[in-house]
Order: sequence, then structure tokens, then C-alpha cells
Amino acid sequence: MVTYIIRRLLYSIPVLFVSSFLIFTFVATTTDPLEAAKMQPNVNKAAIALVQKENHLDKPIIERYGYWVQDAFTHDFGKTILGSRPILPDMLNRLKVTLQLIIAAEVLTLLLAIAVGVYSAVRQYSIFDYSMTTLSFLGLAIPVFWLGLILQIIFVNIFNKWGVRIFYTSGLDNVDPGTGLHFLIQRIQHLVLPVFTLATISIAGYSRFMRASMLEVINADYIRTARAKGLIERRVVLKHAFRNALIPLMTLAAIDFGTLFGGTVITETVYGLPGMGRYFIDALSGGETYVIMAWLMVTSVMVVFFNLVADVVLGFLDPRIRLD
Amino acid sequence: MTEVSRPPEPGSPDAPLVDLDGTLYASGSQVRTMPGAPTDLAPELTDSALAHESGLELKARSQWAYARSRFFRHRLAMGSLVVLIAVLLCGAFAGHIASYSYDAIDLNNINAGPTTTAHHYFGTDQLGRDYFSRVLYGIRTSARVAFFVSILSTILGTLVGSFAGYFGGWLDNLLMRFTDLILTLPPLAVLLVAAARLGNGTINLGLFHLGQEYRVALILALLFWTGIARVVRGLFLSLREKEYVEAAKASGSGDVRIIFRHMLPNSMGPIIVNMTLVTAGAILTESALSFLGFGIKPPTAALGNLIAQGETQMQTQWWLVVFPGLTIVIIVMCINFIGDGLRDALDPTQRRIRA
Amino acid sequence: MPEPVLSIRDLAVHFTTDDGVVRAVDGVTYDVYPGETLGIVGESGSGKSVSTMSILGLIPQPPGKVVSGEAMFQGRDLLKLSKKELRRVRGNSMAIVFQDPMTSLNPVLKIGFQLGETIKAHHGSEKDDEVKDHVIQLLRTVGIPQPERRFEQYPHEFSGGMRQRAMIAMAIANQPALLIADEPTTALDVTIQAQILEVLKTAQDETHAATILITHDLGLIAEMADRVIVMYAGKIVELGDVNTIFAAPRHPYTIGLMESLPRLTADEDWLRPIPGQPPSLINRPPGCPFHPRCFLSQGRARCREEEPPLRPIHAGGTGVHLSACHFAEELEGATSKLAEPTVAEGVT
Repeated sequence: MVTYIIRRLLYSIPVLFVSSFLIFTFVATTTDPLEAAKMQPNVNKAAIALVQKENHLDKPIIERYGYWVQDAFTHDFGKTILGSRPILPDMLNRLKVTLQLIIAAEVLTLLLAIAVGVYSAVRQYSIFDYSMTTLSFLGLAIPVFWLGLILQIIFVNIFNKWGVRIFYTSGLDNVDPGTGLHFLIQRIQHLVLPVFTLATISIAGYSRFMRASMLEVINADYIRTARAKGLIERRVVLKHAFRNALIPLMTLAAIDFGTLFGGTVITETVYGLPGMGRYFIDALSGGETYVIMAWLMVTSVMVVFFNLVADVVLGFLDPRIRLD
Repeated sequence: MTEVSRPPEPGSPDAPLVDLDGTLYASGSQVRTMPGAPTDLAPELTDSALAHESGLELKARSQWAYARSRFFRHRLAMGSLVVLIAVLLCGAFAGHIASYSYDAIDLNNINAGPTTTAHHYFGTDQLGRDYFSRVLYGIRTSARVAFFVSILSTILGTLVGSFAGYFGGWLDNLLMRFTDLILTLPPLAVLLVAAARLGNGTINLGLFHLGQEYRVALILALLFWTGIARVVRGLFLSLREKEYVEAAKASGSGDVRIIFRHMLPNSMGPIIVNMTLVTAGAILTESALSFLGFGIKPPTAALGNLIAQGETQMQTQWWLVVFPGLTIVIIVMCINFIGDGLRDALDPTQRRIRA
Repeated sequence: MPEPVLSIRDLAVHFTTDDGVVRAVDGVTYDVYPGETLGIVGESGSGKSVSTMSILGLIPQPPGKVVSGEAMFQGRDLLKLSKKELRRVRGNSMAIVFQDPMTSLNPVLKIGFQLGETIKAHHGSEKDDEVKDHVIQLLRTVGIPQPERRFEQYPHEFSGGMRQRAMIAMAIANQPALLIADEPTTALDVTIQAQILEVLKTAQDETHAATILITHDLGLIAEMADRVIVMYAGKIVELGDVNTIFAAPRHPYTIGLMESLPRLTADEDWLRPIPGQPPSLINRPPGCPFHPRCFLSQGRARCREEEPPLRPIHAGGTGVHLSACHFAEELEGATSKLAEPTVAEGVT
């Protein structure tokens, strides 16, 4: 297994290199960080030229890519073009916030989706099944940003009307976050709505997927065998069907991980969270080529990492998959 | 997905694994051979004269006729189709239905809640612009984008997917590597980068001067086609091994003819189903892009940018956010229900869903 | 005659579908006696599997439903048992070997676990190492080499033949009184089939279980069965001693089945298939279900209008011989081409 992990990591290196080059070409040719500055009549041409030279903006793409790779390895992705802020420390701070969001959302998604999916399949055509089907269709049709806004409207109005603060609707912490348990509680109050917003669409999708997967497995020959052996129904479902049905879901969850990072762009914008998503939008608006590059690279590495975790989990679930 | 309403279809994973299949559906195209269950005791003789004579009614229905009747029986899908058509017609004839133009200012009714006075059914914003009218025009924009995206990505995806699946080789390799690449990147982020800079404004093709919705649609299509390509590739990989394809090859049909005459018609079901998924996805993604300010930009009304404009005052003027959003939800739900009905009708074995 | 192990009376099983009610099993009556092998033969959809699976509660419900009948087994009517009581019968005193060993074992659980589970489900008090010894003993009985190593392996590490051996071991784990083998060799290579039949015979000898052998393969019937039931469209059309059925079949369908098989002892240019298709089980034609395809019927009104009862026939041979044909007597003198020492497909 260790060799498998090492091999997978080694394999991902060329993928990351190729994708970084393509993205770099794409981003660098389409963004111009000095666009705004050039428009201003009072900024002098020489200053612009100096910034251009310092950041190698006047060089061909290949050469710029070379400089970028050098920066990425030796100077932690370098500095922003305007303001010369080091990129990596900012990014890591924001990654901490985003990881809290993503991991909480993923855990919530898997727990709820698996529970709902399994129960719907076992009680197929029941009232529970119908309700969950309807809810999941709704969940799949709601735009993430709109759900966020609606939740904000609801909870702000609850606060305004009754003065009850159930969940906060913006930001990561209070101005005075407190310490210990107080800190934890107010942090959770801040994160509940964003996590729910981020997770809704996946919960809806995955619970349908889990239900379908479970139904497929429940009609499999080996489930008939398990029943024919005289096992009790609960054991048939939990020991024989569940584990098999989980395999496709885990595969899907792994493939989808990148989507979740994309989702944080919207969620963090709506809730004003200082995470990776917001950072990305800011960089995009500012034309900060190197921040966008660093962002895409860090997320890619994250996706590769979580895919690997999912593979290892799959290896445990399915003995037919051999990790070596 | 909503097999909930009916007993399972034959051939679906929900279908009972009993010994009935040969007989039950022997009359149509639905004969499912169970693996390892030989039918050598049931020599098939599809002589209709004989069947008629014997008093056995053999209904020779085509696959499409089956699909049609199954779809029409799908009440939810039919209902959704009616609603969707109604909504789209409202969008198409926005100019005739709306009481106001989308940017007309009614200073007598500023920040009005939903009311029937002066026909401001969905309320007005701080400039007194009628949100009902703006939503109608927004539907038109969003529908245009979605339609264009689904057509473009389906054509491109089907072409690439079928050639990759049929020929394999470098094209297939390229497609799969590209897919790998896409999978390591958050799709929304890639879209945003593309949308942020790929030429603001309109596309000018000499004679044709296309609005910004086509620019946005083009960018979305560049992402969405890969999904369809993967589905079609998978289908073609399995169809390639089918006997009738072998037979067509053996009888000297050319590759292009085999792809378009033999394999494509047999892949239409999943392609159509995926097309509905792409359409729903395109509406959601376009609204997100427009909301973030990288898609359709004001003054053109799109459902996403209407919500963005309403956001600043949403705590008091909730209608500015609620109605455009509800419209999106209704449209996407209808499309998904239709897609679901189509899946049940066209492709009963496929249970995969968009996640 | 000894007491039957299993006694089925007038069993009817219906499936509700979009197109109507499918009468998969329509009034079936038969007995299984201790130690005997009863073959049930018929084409797909004749109801041969459903008739046995339904009494154990193993058909999907809904859409399936046992609408009438009685299935007496060890003094109790299986159709009246609670789910819990029926569960105690399954895998214990009545066990099944399924058709496709490739899909009938759970891919994510070890073989040893899956066998041990069968024992523990009915003998909860047995200790883990006792169960393990028992399982290894079972694996040895069905001829799986290196049972200690195989115990720890997963199904995908087994070949098809080995898996079917494991399935048989699972079926005999609790010394069943009745073994149901549902197309036990159909999914296997011809070369493996003979081995599995040997294993099945060994299993019968070990447990002294009565066996119901469900198959479409007349060769297998000739090789294994003592008595035969021929099913068509959810009904029994002929029942009798294996030798009688092969030597003096008295139902046109049975004759048709035999005529459609190749014979190795003679040159044949042409096999004679049965014309037409099995009837729809939803809108069953009145009269004899086989009459549209029957060479004997020839448009006779009685075949079209009156459903023939299953009635005793005297065609020589031993034991009871029943046929559901109005004109069975006209088949007097008919012998099957398989009557001579048989070598048929599938059995070597």
C-alpha cells in the first residue's frame, strides 16, 4: 500500500506540471494585472514599465512560466504583482478556513446522504422515500448562492424580530471571538449556515445515488444468497448490501472533490468568509495572475491528496481493488 | 430516479430477478437475457402470421413507441413539461406579456413589495423597475444560454466521444487525459478564469452580431461537452463489441456509416438524457457566474444578475432575491423531472444520476 | 410410499406489472420424497424457479405474491409461517444452490466468513473456532483443495467451479432435509459441469437430503433425477418417473422438448424446434396453454376451449405418471428419440 501511495504521488507530479503549464498559458495570456493602472492618466508609463520588468511581464510565456516555477519552488509562489505581498502565507491562512468548511461539509454530506439513501432504498415507495425524493429534487434545483441568501434573510429577520441569534450569517468570527468554549461555540454558529449551503446540493445528489446504488445491490444475486442462508434482514442490509453499495458512492465522492472547492467560491462570497474561494474571486477581479496560479495549484494538490485518501478507503471497502 | 411512482421497469436493476423475463417481454424489444440463462428451449420464431393464427397477440412496437408511451405515462415528467413550456413561452413573449420594459423606471412605485397595483406582481427595486418584467426578460436570457450550451456541448461531446470510443487510439487517450486534467481542477474556478477575461461584451462575426449571452454560453459549453463525451465514449466502447456492429463491419460498411447509422441511433437515449442534465447544469452555472459578476452583465437582465442586484437590499426588499431565484428553481426542477422521465422511458437500465 | 418431505398443493404465484398480472405459477401440485431427486424441467418463464423460490419467501414482494396454495414441510405449512419462522427454515433444513456462482457470492466478504455466517445464523451458540473447523471440513467435503488457505480468500480469488463448490458447501452446512439446486451447472463450462454434478451427488450422500433439481437441461435430468416434472406456462404438464418420461412421454410439449435436442447417436441434418413462442402469462389463451404450438391439437376445439386437467396415464413404466393433455392416449406408442441410453448435451 505504501508503494501504491508513493507511486500515485509520483504519477501526479507530471499531471500537475502539465496542467500548471496549460493553466499558466491560459491565465497569463488573458489577464493583465496592470489593466486598471494603465487606464489611469496620472500613473506614469515608466512606473508601469518598471512593474512589468520586475514581474517579467514583458517576456514570452515560456520564459515567464520558467520564472513562475522557480518562484513557486524557491519563493513560496512569489509575491503579488500589485503591493508585493507574499502569496503563500495569505493562502495558507485562507486554506485553514476553507478546509474547515469543506471537511465539515463532506462529513455532513456523506453521513446524511448515506443514511437517507439506505433508508429510502430499504423502505422503497414509502412516505419517507417519496418525501426524500421530492426534497432531493428541490436540493438539486436550488442555486447555491440563492440558498445562501435565503438562509441569510431568514436568520437575520429572526434576529431582528425576536433578538435571538441562532446562527450568524456573515464572517468567520465575532469581533471579540472569546476563548475556549466560547470561541468554539461562536465559530460553530458562524459555520453552520455556510456548511449547510455548501453541502445541500451534494446531499441531494448523493442520497439519490446511494439509494440507486443500494437498490441495485439489494437485487443482486448475492443478497438473495444471504437471504437464502436465513440471515436476519438487518444483517442482510447492513453486512451484505451496505458495504457493496458504498463503493460507487466513495468513487463518486472522490471524483467530485474538486467541485466542492469550486463551491466554496460561491459560499464564501455569499457569507463573507475569508477563505480560499473569496481569495480567488479577489485575485480574479484584481488580475493577480500569480495568485490565481498559486490558488489553482494548491487546490489541485488538495484534490490529488483527497483522491488518494478516497482510494485508500476504497481499497479497504473492496478487496478486488489491490493497492500495489 | 422517480421510479417511485411505478413498479420497476424490466431490465432495470429494480426488476425482479425471476424467471419471467423471457416470456413477459418476448413480444417487444425488451427481451433481456439473463446471464447464463440459455433460451435454447424457446426457439424464437417471430413469424407474425403464425402468432396471429395461434391467437397470441404479438405487439410489434418499436423501441421509440415504447419510450413514448412510457414517457407519457410519467405524470411528473408530463406535468413538468407543461410548466416548463409555459415558463419558456412567458420568457419568449416577454415583450408582450410584461407590463413594463425591463429597464423602465416607475418612480411612483419605488421599493414596492409584490402587489397587483400597477401590475408589480414581483415588486420593484429602488429605481422602481418592475421585477416581474425583469424576471420575464431574465428567463429569456437564461433560456437562450442554456439552449445554446446544450446544443453546442451535445454536438461536440457526441462527436468527440463517438470517435474516441469507436477508434480508440490517440484521440481516446487525449480525451481521457483531458478529462483527468479537468478532474483535478475545480470546474467553477476554471470557468471563472475563462469568463473573467475572454473578451467582455459581444461576439462580432461580421454579419452576425451575437449578444453576450452567446459568449457566456460558449464558455460554458467548453466545460460541459466533456461530460457528454465521456458518456458517449463509454457507450461506444460497449457498442463496438455488439454483433450488429461486427456484422456491419463484415458486410463492408465504412466507419462513418457504422458510427452514424448503427451506433449513434442506439446511443440516443443516454445522449438525450444527458442533454437535459447539461441544460439544467447550464442554467445553474450561468446564474452563479452572473451572480458573481462574471457572466451576463447588467443592463441585460439575467436571473443570476437580478439576484446580485437585489442582494444589497435583500433584508428589507426580500422579493428582489426570492422571485428570480424561485424562477430558477422551478425551471431547473422541471428540466430534471423531464430528464428523469426520459431516462425511465429511454434508458431503463441506467440509474446513474447527476451529483 | 413414505411421507413426502415437501408437499406442495395448488400453489399460485402472481406478479403485478405495468401490463397486468403475470400468473407465473398457476396451480402447481407435487410431492418430494426423502432421498429422491426430483427434476423440474421447462423453458425460461415456465415458473419452475418461482414455484420453489416462492415457498421460501425468496421472490421480490411486491411485485410477486403467493396468492394461494399450501407447502407442507416437516409438518408445517411454509406459506403460513411468519417471516422469522421462515427465516429459520432457509439455509437450515431447506437450502438452495443458485445458478450463477460468479454473482451469488458477496464480493467483499471472505469465503470462510460467508460460510461460517450460514452456520452461525442457525447455531448461534457455536464458538468461532468450532465454526471455522466446521467450515474447513465442509470445504474439504466439496473438494476444495487447501481449505485452510481458501477460508481466508475472497470470491474473486476462486474460479467459477470452485465458487460453485463453495455454494454447495454453504447449502449443506446445516444438514438440510431438502436441497434445491436451481440450474446449478448452467453458468459453468462444460468441463466443469460434470465435476459439479459429482460434488452435488457427494453432498446428497453426505446429507441424505431430498433434492429438487431445476433445469432446462434434459441431459442433466437424465443423469441426476429419479422423477421429473415438466412445466409449461406456470403449470405442470407432465409428471412421472424419469425412465417413463424418457421412454414413453405422454405430452406433446415433452415430446417437443426432446425432439428439439440433438442426438449424438445418429446423424441429424435438422433439429425440430417447437414452433411459436410461449404464451403471454398475462392474457393467457383459454384452453390448453400449449395448443397454439401443439402438433397434436391441429385446431381441435377441445384444446382451444377446455383446459386439460393433470390426470393419470397408463403408459407402462413404474410409479405415477400424470399428463395434462386431452389426447394423451393418442400418443400411445410414441417413444422419445432419447429413449435409448442417453448422451445429451451438457453431460459427459
